[in-house]
Amino acid sequence: MKSICFYFQVHQPYRVKRYRVFDIGNDPEYFNDRSESSLNNRKIAEKVAAKSYIPTTTLLLDLLKRHPSLRVSFSFSGIALEQLERYAPEALDLFKRVVDTGQVEVLGETYYHSLSFFYSPLEFEMQVDKHRDLIRKHFGARPRVFRNTELSYRNDLGTWADSRGYLGILAEGWDPILGWRSPNYVYQPKDAANTRLLLKNYRFSDDIAFRFSSREWSEWPLTTEKFARWIGEAEGDTINLFMDYETFGEHQWEDTGIFQFLDRLPEELSKNPGLDFKTPSQVIQTYEPRDQVDIPHTLTWADTDRDLTAWTGNPMQRAALDAVYALEDNVLLANDGRLLEDWRKMQTSDHFYYMCTKWFADGDVHAYFSPYESPYDAYIAYMNALSDLRLRVEKAR
Amino acid sequence: MFGWEFPPFNSGGLGVACLGLTRALSERGVEVIFVMPKTLDLSVPWTRFVFADKARGDACLGKVRMRVVNSALTPYLTSASYDAYRRRGISLSGNSVYGPDLISEVKRYASMAASIACREDFDVIYAHDWLSFEAGMEAKRATGKPLIVHVHATEFDRCGGPCGVNGEAYAIEKAGMEAADRVIAVSELTKSILVREYGIPAGKISVVHNGIDDTTAPQGDGALLRLHALKQAGWGVVLFLGRITLQKGPDYFIRAAKRVLERNPKVVFILSGSGDMERQMMDLAAQLGIGQSVLFTGFLQGNDRYEAYAAADLFIMPSVSEPFGITPLEAMRLGTPVLISKQSGVSEVVKHVLKADFWDIDEMANQILSVVGYPGLRAALAENGIKESSGITWGLAAQKVDTIVHELA
Repeated sequence: MKSICFYFQVHQPYRVKRYRVFDIGNDPEYFNDRSESSLNNRKIAEKVAAKSYIPTTTLLLDLLKRHPSLRVSFSFSGIALEQLERYAPEALDLFKRVVDTGQVEVLGETYYHSLSFFYSPLEFEMQVDKHRDLIRKHFGARPRVFRNTELSYRNDLGTWADSRGYLGILAEGWDPILGWRSPNYVYQPKDAANTRLLLKNYRFSDDIAFRFSSREWSEWPLTTEKFARWIGEAEGDTINLFMDYETFGEHQWEDTGIFQFLDRLPEELSKNPGLDFKTPSQVIQTYEPRDQVDIPHTLTWADTDRDLTAWTGNPMQRAALDAVYALEDNVLLANDGRLLEDWRKMQTSDHFYYMCTKWFADGDVHAYFSPYESPYDAYIAYMNALSDLRLRVEKAR
Repeated sequence: MFGWEFPPFNSGGLGVACLGLTRALSERGVEVIFVMPKTLDLSVPWTRFVFADKARGDACLGKVRMRVVNSALTPYLTSASYDAYRRRGISLSGNSVYGPDLISEVKRYASMAASIACREDFDVIYAHDWLSFEAGMEAKRATGKPLIVHVHATEFDRCGGPCGVNGEAYAIEKAGMEAADRVIAVSELTKSILVREYGIPAGKISVVHNGIDDTTAPQGDGALLRLHALKQAGWGVVLFLGRITLQKGPDYFIRAAKRVLERNPKVVFILSGSGDMERQMMDLAAQLGIGQSVLFTGFLQGNDRYEAYAAADLFIMPSVSEPFGITPLEAMRLGTPVLISKQSGVSEVVKHVLKADFWDIDEMANQILSVVGYPGLRAALAENGIKESSGITWGLAAQKVDTIVHELA
């Protein structure tokens, strides 16, 4: 038997508005853009809910009913759930109903979708705890498998997950790390006794997430028959299809046929008696690890480099990250809930991604999603807002 | 190829463009005969110069009477401002070589063009900007050979809008483009002006962006290096370098400076260049109470110019209307962060710069303060700017020009 393991990421950051130097000291609201631009968090949440979350989850509810053996998993960032609760409660309600089917596993992550693991172990733990509490509140579930922001992973994260009793942790199935090994098996992290590693099959995942509507792709159009055949032919215990949930309806628009594809996929896969569906926990409990995988340097699911350079690669990004984590002690000393929350919202990885200059000049729209006109504008808005936050922290002490 | 200025006898980007383009064309095996209106001590290995004042009237035309008078003519003046300068006896640069009346100079140049064209062996006529368009048209009339006109700037850019447009210059520009077999514009921005204001069919216009050759690193012995001491002491240095005229937006630079200084007094603003608004800008700075923070250096050339770029934390080109704008590329090549107005052709080819609308003084001030205040921003702009500007070469421009020339030849 071979299993198909779906994991969908649901995340929306609090984008920083165009915050000017002149606003420092005068405006403590960083995330309240009310313009028609894509910095307006309410507008984006409403739009993504309408185009993606609501239609996809409605379809998924139906699929779970039609196919009692179907299993999927989700990871929701805390700030995505916060925004859905405020701006698109219908989407949150659908997510709750999906989890209530019992066919869905909810994974653990950092509440603020941050890179705190790499900058502050204490802050990281606090965000994981806060996320766990929120998942319990909304879904009555306790995450048993962990995924870190942008699927970033390193040996010491495996060790951490092991020490916290997680069954498993997700990572990218990147060939240079795996060597001759296939991502389609369960592995053991280095220096972790009980936790297991599940690796993304990026080829199959990206066929759906990135290539689905690409007419330059030789396999276009991707039919469910073709995809199910590929999956059937692949060797291994588990095919891990990890992707952003916005793939459905937002990255791949409705007119690409993505919803029809999703609608027919479980049925097509079920035709193969050698395939079943499992959640990450079930995969880990079913299959024995094949080998140990040593990942000393940070691996992510980003672009062709599969490292953190999309977030930390240029001097702006490093300066911004250093600046936000340099505030940690004083923020904690200030003991002010609102300050703490704003500081944490400033840790979300997207802020640093918007400052990425790697492919900015290439005009490659696929590689660069940003609500700002340029990475420089993103950095200026961020640093100005952070300067205001620093003032507020100093005042509060 | 009919031109009007050529380094070192140039007062701005037109001459730089002619040098870069002819060199890159010759590297591609295109032979260029460069015609100048007046004899100058010019010599470069890749181009043969012909001077219109040395040409004999002959075969194609009758005898032509010539008159050569030294004056303050540069290709950037409008006819009206040229007259104003002459009245005040001001010389715009040390290299002025042209006559007392712009239009008559243009006519004189044109009258010699035909005879030069008759003597020389060539396939395509090429004319840079309106000052040499009539020369190009005469050469075409005399020989029947195809004409390409290259528009580096229009009357609408020079005047900062339609209100000050000189009818005669406009008429020459329009006639030149209509007579031409192909029109080359330095940017999409310029192309849109040619279509909108001159009624030139878009299909006849090709956009060829300017490029930049290797910029010489500054030698490091000039007076401007004293600015480094200021920087060491924690001061920010912001540079404007260009003609101090309406088109270049120096007044927006000064007003943005005022906004910046209200917030951060440890910033120095440098205005390099000369022009008809220089005095007005000094007055404006004084009137705004920031006279001590705004320094005027006059016209800079050669090493001084590169030193100015290198000394600056930020180079600003706030042009109201800029057909292209090579100076930001020069600054980028030296690793200096750049802020340009969105109303510039160069903004079509560079991304690793800051951009603002020329009138948006608050946004400009916000960006200036950010560059001065955040070293990470300076570092990223410098790092990426060097890389990006290195890819914008005259070779690329010459390749496009070469294709057009061969289509016509």
